[in-house]
Amino acid sequence: MTDSSDTAVYLYGVTRGLDPAVLGDSPGVAGAPVRGVATGDLTALVSTVRLDEYGEEALRANLEDLAWIETTARAHHAVVDRAARVAPTAPVRIATVYHDDERVSQVLREGRERFGTALDRITGRSEWGVKAYAYPEDDRPAEEAVPSATGGGSGPAGAGTAYLRRRQEQRRRRTEAGRRLSERAQAIDAELRVHAVAVRRHPPQDPKLSGHAGTPILNVAYLLDDARVPEFQALVRDIDERSPGIGVEMTGPWPPYSFIETDGA
Amino acid sequence: MAGEQPNANLADLLERILDKGIVIVGDIRVNLLDIELLTIKLRLLVASVDRAKEMGIDWWEHDPSLSSRASREEVSDGQGSSREALEEENRRLRERLAAIEEHAGDGADGATGDGKSTASKRSASTRKRENSD
Repeated sequence: MTDSSDTAVYLYGVTRGLDPAVLGDSPGVAGAPVRGVATGDLTALVSTVRLDEYGEEALRANLEDLAWIETTARAHHAVVDRAARVAPTAPVRIATVYHDDERVSQVLREGRERFGTALDRITGRSEWGVKAYAYPEDDRPAEEAVPSATGGGSGPAGAGTAYLRRRQEQRRRRTEAGRRLSERAQAIDAELRVHAVAVRRHPPQDPKLSGHAGTPILNVAYLLDDARVPEFQALVRDIDERSPGIGVEMTGPWPPYSFIETDGA
Repeated sequence: MAGEQPNANLADLLERILDKGIVIVGDIRVNLLDIELLTIKLRLLVASVDRAKEMGIDWWEHDPSLSSRASREEVSDGQGSSREALEEENRRLRERLAAIEEHAGDGADGATGDGKSTASKRSASTRKRENSD
């Protein structure tokens, strides 16, 4: 076993009423086993990690490394996700590390009220993501056929005139299409949000990361009562079907990452 | 419990995991500034553009035929001469359009459009809008 001066304790999240046994022995970050640190009715999900990866200096370097972040984020998520499926779970921000279990217990005791409030809010609920994409069938260059209405014959100016007009017409149409898409995105959100307990909009995602071909026009997280999920899913499918040129996708259930702040809202 | 997500989309994951969740101070001091910077960097990667946040979309910005910024870039990287010629022609056209517009005057609505002048007018007024923003 590693010397405890070489290790620290990584905290994934805080749950209430979770039997850590349900986590099985799926590994957490850095392949470490996940265990529970219980204090009262709260259980912190933790792993023992090595300081040479999660110490101050190491973290600073690792947080610059997108590959490391991805691996760690996926491991962090896997643990929180497993827990959230069986008990209310408040995720903690990635890379929250303590000296030892005793410090984690202390944090649970001191934050008891805060965690309680956060967990109350999400009990029996889950987060669902809805994204909408526009597919470019709307701006086909078909109406380039505002043909040379300008008796294009007038000498060398013809090509330029046509070009100019086509450009302007395209611009007008695109701007118009953009406005319409924004409106439709708002309308989709408006139709969905009435079914949610809470709503949080995320910025549309860069296709480079999402790998998605459509143009992102909406990216929202909804906190739903579990009982209302089937109805919500049906509504999303319905909207998707009756929205020509727009694809609507739903992801989830997510642990309630987007609805966990205890301050403010 | 509904569908498993064995491999959540990285963008979905990062936008949730990085700056959300309960923020408590750990014993290992991750310089908060580092995390903020990281968050900003990744947010730039995850999110398209600031304006997209307000607007919901911004795709016309990236179309060279629609974005003056983009077309300027295009000019700088090659095709210079035909582009210049075109711009010169555009400049002359603007003058002509301005002249036509003046001629057409305010009473132009009544002017029996021969198709040519209405088309020009539309271009001219589109242009005005464009110049004003």
